[in-house]
Amino acid sequence: MSAVLNDETKKVLTTPLVNDNPITLQVLGICSALAVTSQMSTSLIMALALTLVTAFSSAAISAIRNHIPSSIRIIVQMTIIASLVIVVDQILKAFAYEVSKQLSVFVGLIITNCIVMGRAEGYAMKNPPLESFMDGIGNGLGYSLILIIVAFFRETLGSGKLLGIEVFKLAKDGGWYDPNGLMLLPPSAFFIIGLIIWGVRQWKPNQVEKVEFKIMSIAHGEGGHH
Amino acid sequence: MLDKKMSCKHLEGICAALDKNEHYQKFKAYRDKVLALGNDSLEKTIAIAVSLCLVCAVLVSFAAVALKPLQVNNKEADMKKNILDVAGLLEEGADINAAFAEKIEAKIVDLETGDYVENINANEYDQRKAAKDPAQSVAIPKEKDIAHIRVKAKYAKVFLVKEGGAIKSIILPMHGYGLWSTLYGFLSLDPDGQTVQSINFYDQAETPGLGGEVVNPNWRALWKGKKVYAESDQPALEKGLITEADIGEPALSLIKGVVDNTKPGSQYQVDGLAGASLTSNGVTNLVRYWMSNEGFAPYLKKVRTVKGVKS
Repeated sequence: MSAVLNDETKKVLTTPLVNDNPITLQVLGICSALAVTSQMSTSLIMALALTLVTAFSSAAISAIRNHIPSSIRIIVQMTIIASLVIVVDQILKAFAYEVSKQLSVFVGLIITNCIVMGRAEGYAMKNPPLESFMDGIGNGLGYSLILIIVAFFRETLGSGKLLGIEVFKLAKDGGWYDPNGLMLLPPSAFFIIGLIIWGVRQWKPNQVEKVEFKIMSIAHGEGGHH
Repeated sequence: MLDKKMSCKHLEGICAALDKNEHYQKFKAYRDKVLALGNDSLEKTIAIAVSLCLVCAVLVSFAAVALKPLQVNNKEADMKKNILDVAGLLEEGADINAAFAEKIEAKIVDLETGDYVENINANEYDQRKAAKDPAQSVAIPKEKDIAHIRVKAKYAKVFLVKEGGAIKSIILPMHGYGLWSTLYGFLSLDPDGQTVQSINFYDQAETPGLGGEVVNPNWRALWKGKKVYAESDQPALEKGLITEADIGEPALSLIKGVVDNTKPGSQYQVDGLAGASLTSNGVTNLVRYWMSNEGFAPYLKKVRTVKGVKS
C-alpha cells in the first residue's frame, strides 16, 4: 500500500474520517444524514453513492480546473455534479430497484449535498485529479462512517432490526422490545449526531471551536463599554 | 489481445481520417485558440460552458437510454410481483412473469358505466399515464375528491384471477394521498365484490416505521375477510355505527387502536397504524373513494349481479 499511496493521498484519505470529518467537524451534509438513516440498507447505498459522486466529480473538476472561468465556476461544478448524480440515480434504478424506491428523492438531492460542493470548491479546484479523487473518497468515507453509526442506532432501537434482520423481538410480534418511534423520525438523528460530535470533541479537544464571544457577567457588563 | 490490437488499429484509422478532415482541423485550431485564451474572457467562458453542457448531456443521455430497458423491466416486474402478492399467489423464487401470465388476466373497466372496454389492449394500457393525459382523464369535483387526487383516468385497469373459468379474485388499483405522498396500491376482493382478500401498496413514501407500515405483512393480514360495503346489519344500525343511508356505501375504515372483532360493525373496521393517524385517514379515504360510485362501485355491482359485466 505505502508504495502506491504517497503521503498526500494517505492524508486526504484518512483525515476526513475523524480529524476533519465532514459531518462532525465541518457539519455539512446533515440533511441527508437525517433523511436516509432510519435503515442501514438505505444508508449504505446512500454512502456509496455519495462517495462515488464526490470522488468522480472532484476528479473531473480538478482535471479541468485550470480552464474553468471564475465567473461561472460554481455552475460548472454543479453541472458536473448533477450529471454524475443523475447517472448514479439511473444505475440504481436499473440494478438496485428496491433500494432506489426507498431512497426516492434523496439520491437526486446529493446534488445539493454541501460535502460534494465543498470538496469541489475547497480541494479539487487547487489540486491535481488523482489527489482530488482520493480526497473525494476520503470525505465520502468520513460521511459514510457517521451515516453507518447513526443508522445502526436508529434501525436497531427504532424497529428492532438491522439490515432488515430482526435483532430484538418486538412486543407487537410477541417479543419483549417496544420500539422507540422517535428513532424512526429525522429528529432522532440530530440527537445521535449531536452525541457523536460531543464524543469526538471530548476525545480530541482541539476540534472544539474557539468561542467567538463571551457573555459578560452583569458586574463586568456595567462598566464594560468605554 | 487481438481485439485490443484491432481496436487500436481502428482508432488509428479513425484518427488518421479525422486528421485529414478539414472541419476537424478547424475545430482543433479553435480548441487550441480557446484554451490559450485568458480564463475570464467572454469567448472562453461561453465556449467552456457550451462544451461542458455537451459532454454532460451526452453522458446523461447515454446512461438514461442505455439503462432504460432494465429500468422498465424492473418496474414491470415489481408491479407484477405486487399483483401476485395481493392475489396471494406470490411464491418465493418462482418466475414472476410466468406466474403472472398463467394466472392473471388484465381487463380495462370504464369507471362510469362499470363495463369492460375491449378496444384497448389491457396489457399495454397504463392507468397512471392515462390519469395525466387530459384526453383520457376526468377532473374530480372537489367535494367528492376525498382521496385528494384531483383527476382520475376514465378507464381503470383491473386484474382477475381465474380458476377453471370462474373468477377467484378481483384486484382493483387504488391511489390517494396519505401524509407525505400519494399511495398507490391494490385491493383484492372475493368474487362477491364485498369481502376483502388482501391489500398492498407498491408505491408510497410515508414515514418509515410509522405510516410506512402500510407495507407490513402483519398489518395487511388484518384486512382479510373485512367487508367493503355496509350491509343491512341490525346490530350495527342499532349501535349507530352505520345509518340507513350508509347501506350500500363503502363503510370500511381504519380506526384508532385495535379492532374488537366480537363487536358489531367490526367487519368494517381495520386497526389504524400506530403513530400515523394521517396516513391511516388517507388509506380510509382512498379505499372509500375507489369503492364509491366515483370509483369501482358501478363495476362491482355488475360483477356481483348474476348478469355479469357487459363487454
